[in-house]
Amino acid sequence: MSFTRRNTLQMGLAGLLAGAAPKIALAQVNDLTIAFNVNLPAWDPTTGPSAVNPTIQAIYQSVFDQYISQAPNLDFEPGILTDWGWNDDRTKVMMTVREGVKWHDGSDLTPEDVVWSLERAGNPETGNPIQFVWGKIGNFTIDGQTVTGDVKEYDPTIFKWMGFLTAYVLPKAYYERVGAEGFEAAPIGTGPYMVDRFERNSFLRLKANPDYWGGVPEFESVTIKFVTDAASRVAEVESGASHVTLEVPYEEFDRLKERDGIMGTTTPVSDIGMIFLNDIDVMTDRNVRLAAAHAIDKQLIIDRLLSGYGVPIDTLQTPEYAAYDPSITVAYDPELAKEYLAKSGYSTENPVRFTIQTTRGFKPKDYEMIQAIVGLWRRVGIEAEIEVYEIAKHFELRAADQLAPAAFYNWGNSVGDPTTSTGFAMFGPSPHSVWDGQDVFDAIVPLWGESDEEKRIAGFKAVDRLIAEEAYVIPLLQYVQPILHSSEVAVTPSVSGALLPQRISRA
Amino acid sequence: MLKRLLLRLISIAITLLGVSIVVFVAVRLVPGNPVAMMLGPGATAEDAAALEALLGLDKSILVQYWIWLTNVVQGDFGTSISLRQDVLTLVLGRLPATLELAFLALVFAALLGGMLAVTGTIRRGGWTENGIDLWNGLTLSTPDFLWGLFLILVFGVWLQIAGISGRISPQLDLPFTTQFYLIESVLRLRFDLTANLIGHMWMPALALALPLSAMIGQLLKQSLKETMHLDYVTLARAKGFTENQVIWREAMRNALAPTLTLTAVQFTHLIGGTVIVERLFSYGGLGNLAIDAVINRDLPLIQGIVLVFAVIFVLINLAVDLLYAVLNPRLRHG
Repeated sequence: MSFTRRNTLQMGLAGLLAGAAPKIALAQVNDLTIAFNVNLPAWDPTTGPSAVNPTIQAIYQSVFDQYISQAPNLDFEPGILTDWGWNDDRTKVMMTVREGVKWHDGSDLTPEDVVWSLERAGNPETGNPIQFVWGKIGNFTIDGQTVTGDVKEYDPTIFKWMGFLTAYVLPKAYYERVGAEGFEAAPIGTGPYMVDRFERNSFLRLKANPDYWGGVPEFESVTIKFVTDAASRVAEVESGASHVTLEVPYEEFDRLKERDGIMGTTTPVSDIGMIFLNDIDVMTDRNVRLAAAHAIDKQLIIDRLLSGYGVPIDTLQTPEYAAYDPSITVAYDPELAKEYLAKSGYSTENPVRFTIQTTRGFKPKDYEMIQAIVGLWRRVGIEAEIEVYEIAKHFELRAADQLAPAAFYNWGNSVGDPTTSTGFAMFGPSPHSVWDGQDVFDAIVPLWGESDEEKRIAGFKAVDRLIAEEAYVIPLLQYVQPILHSSEVAVTPSVSGALLPQRISRA
Repeated sequence: MLKRLLLRLISIAITLLGVSIVVFVAVRLVPGNPVAMMLGPGATAEDAAALEALLGLDKSILVQYWIWLTNVVQGDFGTSISLRQDVLTLVLGRLPATLELAFLALVFAALLGGMLAVTGTIRRGGWTENGIDLWNGLTLSTPDFLWGLFLILVFGVWLQIAGISGRISPQLDLPFTTQFYLIESVLRLRFDLTANLIGHMWMPALALALPLSAMIGQLLKQSLKETMHLDYVTLARAKGFTENQVIWREAMRNALAPTLTLTAVQFTHLIGGTVIVERLFSYGGLGNLAIDAVINRDLPLIQGIVLVFAVIFVLINLAVDLLYAVLNPRLRHG
């Protein structure tokens, strides 16, 4: 190629225009662009902090397949496994591996890949944060497409976990050939999209997997820009530089969804806001706990602070979860709250005092919500002092059981099973639990290994009723995920909160 | 001169050792630990302990520091907890993007600040100089990230003539073999890529440059104004030089020395300022990586980034000192 003044200037101008003009034309380029709210730190979906980050799972699920898939409404459906279950006495698990699945390098997925992935996940040395689940099955044997394994410790939720965190089938032969670093540089999976180019902290370019077992994806390529700043994400969609974005402030969502060419989609997701209560100081007083629970007008907070985007909840289950029981309610009743406080000698003149911890900006309007709650509490005789901390400190304090008497937090549970909501959040010995009550402990213990599903779910409903009656925790709301998108595309949101490119189509 | 350089190198080594101790201890004392953040739901205290041992966090700080320091001396900065990759490779992979951004910002700041200073000197004592002072006050008092938001709003959203995020268009295929995209695109005569890169970089660079341009503008203007009253300038005027010729041929050389020193020192602050601006523009540099490292409490990565930043700072300061000694013979022989 020769470089004349003219063609150099032409190339420069073309480049500047390509870099500068952000408007995208879907029909021309067939490249779907998503402004994503988190970075993708690493490609191994089974290790490190990103393995337990619910938001990042959307990217992993675009490239890798899970053992078992989840429908947008959290229902489980065949993934790499087409069939699964236990034997009668629940000492063995049986799984049937889908035939005709190809890795992105063109090789065939085999049952050996599934076994290797499960064994690797269960090996403590790999650093899988969910190893304690995968270690409950082992000694796998393969017969044709069927994998059989021993149950070392019965866990009724093991197959639900196969559609959740770290439950990805990875390529045994490829991984062993290229090693961890090679896999990080050029990951392959069996998912609907293949990694084309990855610029860490900047963007990810995917291309459609023509051999995908679930059908060729709608878009030839998908560009995921990592835009962690909410204002920049709004600007991306407003300027037409991206087709889709998520997790924008509700005010901006309401403003932009009315614009020509932009639409808004919302769905309640499997993420709730709650106030952990610790069994210390004044919180050991049942009257104080119940007063604190009944003094909060959840609907008012949702309407005023979250522009109406939220669903009030009274247990740690949302309506989509298996153990949701609408008959368990904790009504907003400030007079009842005053009565409870009066029983313990507290009033607006002689308020009960404690500290409530919260993050600021980690979740939408988290600090403002706590401010509002403190205001509502003050009306009935509770003086709470707000302490702001980083989410990292919350994790540390919670693991050490050193949280303040009250602490705001959010809890995700896209499995939808009560063990991963009420179970882990309220079971004293768990490092994620805050309340260490013997009655809750006794109620949950027999449910861990309960093989009768109806009995197990009923048991957790009873635990939730006990927790509500004693106010061991204050559930606040189920979050609603706002998604802004170009009117040229249609988005199917997932209750899990995962914004999957394969669930976006042309309008 | 050689002795001075040697002493300076020794002081650099002590500084870096001090930085390494401070950062190592500080990141372990701030609230939040990586293990607590990595624990999945249902993990037990034993799982947490096992993970802690796997990451080497179960040893005392002193032992951890000694292991880390001896490895660093051998060029091993450890493995990132969140990215599971070699820290030095990660940091050096990102550094070029940040250096290019900071350098472009420096060029913008020098051009803008120089232009304002010269204009203010030529039109001194009038409304133009007052206007320049007002502009300098505004740009200096407004933080770079606010300028970033303003530029996004005007050029990205309203006018829609600039890319909002990233370093280069994702659709392009890149022939680069290094991470110095801008430099390599020029060397390869791929001006289409150069233009695309600048199309993405000019807004974050300008956001970083505006406060610095005000500093350069004010200092250079003040120096020029002082120089304009000196005898040799009067002589130049008497010889029939125009005001422009007086400034560029006579006054500028003398007035430039303090501005050069300030600019070089401020360059280190500019690199520090990239942290938030890179985040705002989703620019894949070291600053953006640093924020992720802090959020994830990725201790080895935080330590590596801070140490590399510290090395850059001390090297720039050393270069400034040496440059100043070259420019000022009194220091060279002192």
